[in-house]
Amino acid sequence: MLSILFPSLLNGVATGAIYALIALGLTLIYGVLHIVNFAHGAALMVALYGVYFLFTAWHVDPYLALPIMIVAMFCFGYGLQRFVIGRASHGKDEYILLVTLGIAIILENLALALFRSDTHSIDTAYTLATVDVFGALIALPKLIAFFGALAVSSALLLLIGRTQLGRAIRAVAREKQGARVVGIDVEHIYAMSFGIGMACLGAAACFLLPAYYVNPLVGNGFVLIAFTIVVLGGMGSFAGALIGGLIVGVVESLGGLWLGESLGQIGIFVIFIAVLLFRPQGLFGQKGA
Amino acid sequence: MRELALIVAVLAAFLCAPWLTDSGVVLNFLIMVLFATLLGQAWNILGGYGGQFSFGHAAFFGTGAYAMAVLQTVFAVNPWLALPLAILCGVLVALVIGVLSFRYGLRGSYFALVTLAFAEVLRILANTFDFTGAGVGLQLPLREAAGNMQFADKTGYLYLVLSFVAFGLMLSWWLRHSRYGAWLSAVRDNEASALALGIDALRVKLAAIMLSAALMAAAGAFYLQYFHYIDPHIAYGPAISIEALVGAIVGGLGSVFGPLLGALVLHLLGEATRNLMGDLPGISLVVYGVVLVLIVMFIPRGLSGLFGRRA
Repeated sequence: MLSILFPSLLNGVATGAIYALIALGLTLIYGVLHIVNFAHGAALMVALYGVYFLFTAWHVDPYLALPIMIVAMFCFGYGLQRFVIGRASHGKDEYILLVTLGIAIILENLALALFRSDTHSIDTAYTLATVDVFGALIALPKLIAFFGALAVSSALLLLIGRTQLGRAIRAVAREKQGARVVGIDVEHIYAMSFGIGMACLGAAACFLLPAYYVNPLVGNGFVLIAFTIVVLGGMGSFAGALIGGLIVGVVESLGGLWLGESLGQIGIFVIFIAVLLFRPQGLFGQKGA
Repeated sequence: MRELALIVAVLAAFLCAPWLTDSGVVLNFLIMVLFATLLGQAWNILGGYGGQFSFGHAAFFGTGAYAMAVLQTVFAVNPWLALPLAILCGVLVALVIGVLSFRYGLRGSYFALVTLAFAEVLRILANTFDFTGAGVGLQLPLREAAGNMQFADKTGYLYLVLSFVAFGLMLSWWLRHSRYGAWLSAVRDNEASALALGIDALRVKLAAIMLSAALMAAAGAFYLQYFHYIDPHIAYGPAISIEALVGAIVGGLGSVFGPLLGALVLHLLGEATRNLMGDLPGISLVVYGVVLVLIVMFIPRGLSGLFGRRA
């Protein structure tokens, strides 16, 4: 029993780290802008296609594509918030939700029209390489993804916790009007936060693609997973997103082991619904979220 | 009264359509517009009048369609008898989702997400169990007879979906002019004040989600009779939820004719895009997304907000 359980657990943790990275972007956007970014999955899909085309057209290794994708996704996110979402909000949460849903629909179906529904994966020298971790074999890209996700998450925490920009972001998140009064450009900080959230997706896509695949609807699967993590960890909590990501990765992996591939996905949604109903502030969030 | 007269006129126009044309393409277009209208009307009850935005209305649609299919193929129930049962199944699903989410005070984005999650759970279940045909789906045997709710020509289907839409229009009109409708708008606009006035907000919202689900399940049943086929992705996938929501919002939330207007505009735009760009997959949904963003950006009250006042 242990011989299947341990590798499965390990795989879950590695996948969970990627989930955490995706969820970090979502939780940052929620924490600062107080909006639920429904286009998060679709944006991840865009980033995955970016990595895929960099690799197939210019032979850029996914890991070397990291700086390109981070900058590109940051600009994409900054523009999206500044010129589309920010303008359409009219100050109501429901409208923002609808606009991000609209963006998700546009991105997904544009990808479907342009690239068709074919699933692509990339073939690198290390795609099939495995590493022995305490007797359990784990795919090398997954191991790299695990440490990469941890590194990017730490960098994000430093950025938010230790820099001038991070202070401005935290100020806007806490008290928008007060931040405006002391001279912070709130619209700019909103767009910066959205851009940084998208940059996390750019990084996640680079770590994800070598071990995964891309098709126009790939984001759908991630959107609810990311929301589950964010809700589980407490909306806006970074530590919560990290731990929530690992928990969801493990639950998914073990669920697949015991319930089979099709029914295994149900565990995540059950957690999601249960947390929303019984503990909407999440495991680590403050009350009244 | 002017609204009632307009309802009758619109229904009469659709009723006469088969005498004006026997082109299958035109009739099919009208049927799909009415089908989309029905989805929008259903969403409009909960989202427009009730202010609860659901992203998972497919949960009710799919349940209606699957109940209809299972009742006919497994239990050999006559479709005219299966229809009310299928609607009942959709309403029961709504009751469960509604009790769970409204009881625990979910609203706004949280409500939208939890409905989406419920639709996904149902999709996975339908994908797993044998009696729903798992991933393959269920096929309705072809037996064309009015008694079997399968019509030889499109006119029958047009009248079937038209009767559902007529019911939806009357329901919408009633919501605008009844005491219950006033309660529902009060809960939407300010739940705390509504509670202070002695309105039982939980029951009002539960009734709204159940009415909404009834129309949605009827749409699911119609879909099955028209296309003779249902699978987990069609039934519970995001496409139906999106069509319902976009149609209602584009047409104008909380208006009687909004869903019809929205469905008509979206389908005309969809056809136009297909003619211009060829039959690229997903292209009509791109149009839906663009229209949704533009409407929310520039006319959040929807198209009917351009002409009329809002109650």
